[in-house]
Amino acid sequence: MILLTLMAIVVIGIIRFKNLFNVIILGSIYSFLMASILLVLDAVDVALTEASVGAGISTVLMLSALYLTKRNENPITHNQIWPLLIALITGALLVFGTYGMPEFGIINTPMHNHVGGEYLARSISDTGIENVVTSVLASYRGFDTLGEVTVIFTAAIGIIAILKKTKTKVK
Amino acid sequence: MFSVPTIIILISITLAVYRALKGPTVFDRLLAANVIGTGTVMFLALYGFLTGRPDFLDIGLTYLLLNLVGTLAVLKYFRYGSLGHGEEE
Repeated sequence: MILLTLMAIVVIGIIRFKNLFNVIILGSIYSFLMASILLVLDAVDVALTEASVGAGISTVLMLSALYLTKRNENPITHNQIWPLLIALITGALLVFGTYGMPEFGIINTPMHNHVGGEYLARSISDTGIENVVTSVLASYRGFDTLGEVTVIFTAAIGIIAILKKTKTKVK
Repeated sequence: MFSVPTIIILISITLAVYRALKGPTVFDRLLAANVIGTGTVMFLALYGFLTGRPDFLDIGLTYLLLNLVGTLAVLKYFRYGSLGHGEEE
């Protein structure tokens, strides 16, 4: 609860600050607080991803992007009522969606009854891989993983292209 | 036994967030971010012992390494105005 309050305060700070350098540092702080919350929620793998991607990689990438642009935010000139309205409607829809979710902690949720048991039972005879997570990612959801790898590869190519360009421009 | 240090760590994280928002210079904010990263690692360790499952202590090491990389990147940017060659990080 304390962590959530702190996160809200940090987000307000991110909105208020005009210096993008401070915003990047606050974003890093936000990621660490988020990782703590995910840890408390017993999602250690997600917390690890949040810390590495949010606090580590994206800070570095944002700094690289900051090199390409100016240090301060432009003053807002357009009308702000429509973005606020869209954000409020989206938030209300998301809150409405949580009412359709099963109760927290019960065992009969669709998530537990769907295919997990099948995977656990048939993993070795189907794929011959002892680690079930690996067999699900690499075999049962092979095309899904291939798509993800393609997306990540494309993103990496884009980032490298942008950073390369500035390097030659500086020289 | 572990709850009191956990609460103290949370209070220190709160103070660091205050400093990060209030801090007059960039270095105050950067130091606050570093302190929050360290506080997160301490919180992770203490929470593991608090709930009786200290299995995730080694994840704290990863957090600390990431914290170091982030801080070094920010400081390097501040010193040189760029990240050097860009792709070495």
